[in-house]
Amino acid sequence: MAPYIFRRLLWLPCILILVSFVTFILGRFGPGDPVEVIMGQHNNPEAVERIREQRGLNDPIVVQYVRYVGNVLRGDFGESYKYRGRNVGDLLKKKMWVSAQLNVAALIISLGLGIPLGLYAASKQGSAKDVTTVAFTLLGQSFPVFLTAPGLLLLFALKLDLLPTHGWGGFFDARIILPAVVMGIPGVAFFTRLTRSSTLEVISQDYVRTARAKGLAERVVHRRHILRNSMIPLVTLLGFTVAGLATTSFIVERFFGIPGVGNLLIESIFARDLPVISAFVLVGTTMFVLANLVVDLVYPLMDPRIRLTGGQNA
Amino acid sequence: MRNEAQALPQLPSPPSGGYWAISMRRLFRNKLAVVCLAVIALLYGSGALATLVTPYGYDDQDLSVAKQGPSFAHPFGTDRLGRDMMTRIIFGLRTTVIITVVSLATGSLALGITLGLLAGYFGRWIDIIIMRAGEVTTAFPEIFLILIIVQTAKPPIVEWVRGIEDSLGVEILRLGVVDYVVLSFALAIFSWFGMARLVRGQVFAARETQYVDAAQSVGCSTPRILLRHVLPNVMGPVIVVVSAGLGAVAGAEVLLSFLGIGIQPPTPSLGLMMFEHGSISELRSNPHLLLFPAGTLTVLLFAFNLLGDGVNDAFNPRAR
Repeated sequence: MAPYIFRRLLWLPCILILVSFVTFILGRFGPGDPVEVIMGQHNNPEAVERIREQRGLNDPIVVQYVRYVGNVLRGDFGESYKYRGRNVGDLLKKKMWVSAQLNVAALIISLGLGIPLGLYAASKQGSAKDVTTVAFTLLGQSFPVFLTAPGLLLLFALKLDLLPTHGWGGFFDARIILPAVVMGIPGVAFFTRLTRSSTLEVISQDYVRTARAKGLAERVVHRRHILRNSMIPLVTLLGFTVAGLATTSFIVERFFGIPGVGNLLIESIFARDLPVISAFVLVGTTMFVLANLVVDLVYPLMDPRIRLTGGQNA
Repeated sequence: MRNEAQALPQLPSPPSGGYWAISMRRLFRNKLAVVCLAVIALLYGSGALATLVTPYGYDDQDLSVAKQGPSFAHPFGTDRLGRDMMTRIIFGLRTTVIITVVSLATGSLALGITLGLLAGYFGRWIDIIIMRAGEVTTAFPEIFLILIIVQTAKPPIVEWVRGIEDSLGVEILRLGVVDYVVLSFALAIFSWFGMARLVRGQVFAARETQYVDAAQSVGCSTPRILLRHVLPNVMGPVIVVVSAGLGAVAGAEVLLSFLGIGIQPPTPSLGLMMFEHGSISELRSNPHLLLFPAGTLTVLLFAFNLLGDGVNDAFNPRAR
């Protein structure tokens, strides 16, 4: 197990260095010279040269890269082209907090509905109730957010007038309900199916039969033998789910006018605001890589049967 | 020994015809899969023949009929410039057709199968390099990298194409070709590895079989062994993976165009249409502008998902 963790931890800096180098190159050699963008129309060659010297843009690439990484580690991602004088780090932090709340709300809906539904379907295996649940999850998984977002908006906000249409007021505000539900629907479907199939697999295991045979209360069998083991696949896929949620949140934020990262990203792409785009890519990739690492390391704690080895090529 | 000797004369014609015939028959017996195939054929056919089947041009403006609901003349209504929505959706489907076909053909099929065959058959350092390269690409969330690729690669390509336009006097940029190329290429980078890993595993298994031994012992060249003996035997799972991946590629194009990094206007794309009409005020006054493209996408993704299941049942050797 130790060599495996060591290998995984060795991978981490390699990937992060690669990503940071790519984003650095993008910011430095991407379309539009940074200094000319900042200067706008008032550029005379002398002033441009002076600013280049001031900002160290004439230094060797390696020096510039090391400085860039140093700044990033201190949370300084440079200045936004579009929002003059605003530090990209601050901008991103504020927007990420909004998106994080939305994502957590959606995750709560996905897990809170998906797991009980999956357990229910598994307990009624083969019955009409099971078939209906599975059919509904198939529908939920196949509907793209592009249809559910406007569909639910039309129904609940515009026709029935039950919920507010758009805007943002924080986690405990009625305006979070619709977007979180829209984002949660595919998740509910996914976790229902996953919970159902993994529970069904666990139920037929020998150790469940043994637990019943030695006279344990049904409640204990369910909680300690079935539930605990059937949750293991869910943990592995949680990382992917969160990444998937982040992607849907780009779409949902646009439809519901939520001031999150998704909206910031779309704005930045249209404004060619490279510092924001590269900071976004760097932070997003780092979080994704870290999340996958955490999942991989938590995994053996949950299931002692898994012995981590160095992989097939070790 | 006798068995091997008897197997030799049959080598020139690998017994793959039976497998394909059986699989296709199984697929066509599945009514749901046939319906999905028909739906996909209809959507892809109209997209591929967009210029022939549409009554209007995708950029034909007629302000006298702007923002109309569905009618006989305009079955899906018109947008704020009086452009026919059905025409625009069909041209949007053309974008989907081009992107899915090109990125699957180059990424999954050409790159994925070739690299998978090489890694699986030669093993050793070739295998290590290909697999490590693939792992690096999967370590990144693809949307971020596609974002970077498009942002960095497109401007120089656009400049270059502009130079060609000037010297040749033809218009290329307006056709949206650059967007298609960059986007298909970016998507292909992320679709090859799954296929390569699958083919590699299959080749590992095939390499141990007697027919490969036999082919080697009668002196077949390596390319011949790979293409004539190994490849036909690994095609089943390949078909399954391709059919399962079509929906994902189509969805990715729509998402990227929605975010503004995919297809650029005026070239129509479903994602772009949904972005333009995705505001509350538009939804309140002209819901058809959003619901028709979204509905079309839904039907397409549904058909892909169900067809994928059907193909899996028919072609997966383990499902028999």
